[in-house]
Amino acid sequence: MKLGFNLIFGGFLTALVIFGGLFAGWLAPFDPVFDANLMNAEIPPGAEFWFGTDMQGRDIYTRILYGAQISLTVGIVSQLINTVIGVVLGMTAGYWGGWWDDLVNGLTNVMLAIPSLIFALAVMAVLGPGLVSLLIALGLTNWSWTCRIARSSTLSLKSQGYVQAAQTLGYSDLRIMFTQILPNMMGPILVMATLGMGGAVLAEAALSFLGLGIQPPFPSWGSMLTDARDTMRLAPWAAIFPGLAIFLAVLGFNLLGDGLRDSLDPHMRTRKL
Amino acid sequence: MLRFTIRRLLQMIPTIFVVALLIFFIFSIVPGSFAATLFSDGRADADPELIARLNREFGLDRPLWERILTYFGDLLRFDLGTSFRTRLPVTEMINQRIWASLELAVAAMVFAVVIGVPLGFMAALRPGSVLDTVTMIGAVSGLSLPQFWLGLLLMMLFALHLGWLPSFGYGDGAFRNLVLPAIALGVTPLALLARTTRAGVLDVLNSDFIRTAHSKGMSEPQVVRWHVARNALVLIVTTVGLQFGSLIGQAVVIEKLFAWPGIGSLLVDSVAIRDIPVVQGTILVIVLWFLVINTAVDLLYAAIDPRIKQG
Repeated sequence: MKLGFNLIFGGFLTALVIFGGLFAGWLAPFDPVFDANLMNAEIPPGAEFWFGTDMQGRDIYTRILYGAQISLTVGIVSQLINTVIGVVLGMTAGYWGGWWDDLVNGLTNVMLAIPSLIFALAVMAVLGPGLVSLLIALGLTNWSWTCRIARSSTLSLKSQGYVQAAQTLGYSDLRIMFTQILPNMMGPILVMATLGMGGAVLAEAALSFLGLGIQPPFPSWGSMLTDARDTMRLAPWAAIFPGLAIFLAVLGFNLLGDGLRDSLDPHMRTRKL
Repeated sequence: MLRFTIRRLLQMIPTIFVVALLIFFIFSIVPGSFAATLFSDGRADADPELIARLNREFGLDRPLWERILTYFGDLLRFDLGTSFRTRLPVTEMINQRIWASLELAVAAMVFAVVIGVPLGFMAALRPGSVLDTVTMIGAVSGLSLPQFWLGLLLMMLFALHLGWLPSFGYGDGAFRNLVLPAIALGVTPLALLARTTRAGVLDVLNSDFIRTAHSKGMSEPQVVRWHVARNALVLIVTTVGLQFGSLIGQAVVIEKLFAWPGIGSLLVDSVAIRDIPVVQGTILVIVLWFLVINTAVDLLYAAIDPRIKQG
């Protein structure tokens, strides 16, 4: 595996977000919710408050660290759900074919016809705001591409010698799928999941920004920007740093996904970036 | 070509049907009644008599199968129902809003094409150059940039700080009001277009017929104009079309940020107050838009490249 710039820089940014989220409790000088003090409202970035404070006097640096926990949870859990749905549907459809394949294909086409943010909005409208709703909404939104990749990989792997050998040995369908086929298509699936995490972080931020995701006072990067919008003139830093955090996290996942694809797929290596 | 066109158009119908069904079911499995959430203030429950009257008025007390039949019967007559809140027909509310959305999407796309395509083209003609590197770094950054954050920054700089442009609102369709939201929305398709154009042009440049063209003595500008541009165009047209289709979905957040009176902000507002007929209607219109554009792209693609039709 060749280590390109994308992989290294993307991996670095991703590691930074994970580190910040995991150790927020130790790294943060304040409490993200309870250390609100109107005497400290809208203080510019400085020695005490690295990224300044918001309209309620809360430390923005602290809230960004805790916000990483939310972004990471949403990114990882929603992509796990997407990947499981996509792999199970795509693999079984490709392996069994027939009416099941037609059904899965039809469902995939329908899902691809609905813009993902719109579908997530619809699910949020039904379930109401909150973290669990977000995980479900974003977990059900993006499995169709994974499903397509899993299906086409299964179709081409099905005719491989080792799969046919396993069939001859009388292995059950499920055993063949999970022990012979799945390990051999993990590469592209992993790439999709990594890129999907970037998308999920963006979608979470957008939904929380709209007031439909994580509810105040909990620090989501998106909802921090909603508050910052009202104080842009007096406290521009409150609008700059949370957005920068979203940008760098998404950039990290995207570069990591691109880098993984370049490393795993030799055909792509000639096209840089 | 005619048979292909008809076949593609017919393929849309089952998809629309299933999407409509899916949307209907999503909103029918909701725990609790909508009338209750519509009127409860979070402290006390709404008056049960009021809920019963509303459920009756909107037909929510009837069995599910009957409501499905009514829903599809109405859909066939292009009737999307009545808003819980405003009591106006949903089609009328969408009609008032969709033109502003269309305007924003077109403006964003024009911005993206005018900058993205030439950038990608020039980058591909000089691979490894400073311009190429900067363009590709910009493209991958643009794809990771939250549009609404860019919108906020633009607002801060051009409206609050410099005072050149209005920070939000439709301004009766004035061009000044369109600039900032269009740039914020256009940055993602711009990045994608620059990247796709570059990849497409590089692909063409590495193909055999370009080598042939060079070896038969065509000059560089001739090769670019005759062979490269025409072959890369297919990919560019497809990307533009697909991006245009998904722009209206992406516009939701930008419309809300800039208080743009499009169907995206209508959708968000309706979700917030759980005005379900409006939510269902706007989602259906957005999906329809997406499908129509995708089908149009397919048809255009087949017209440009005759090999597609056989496949």
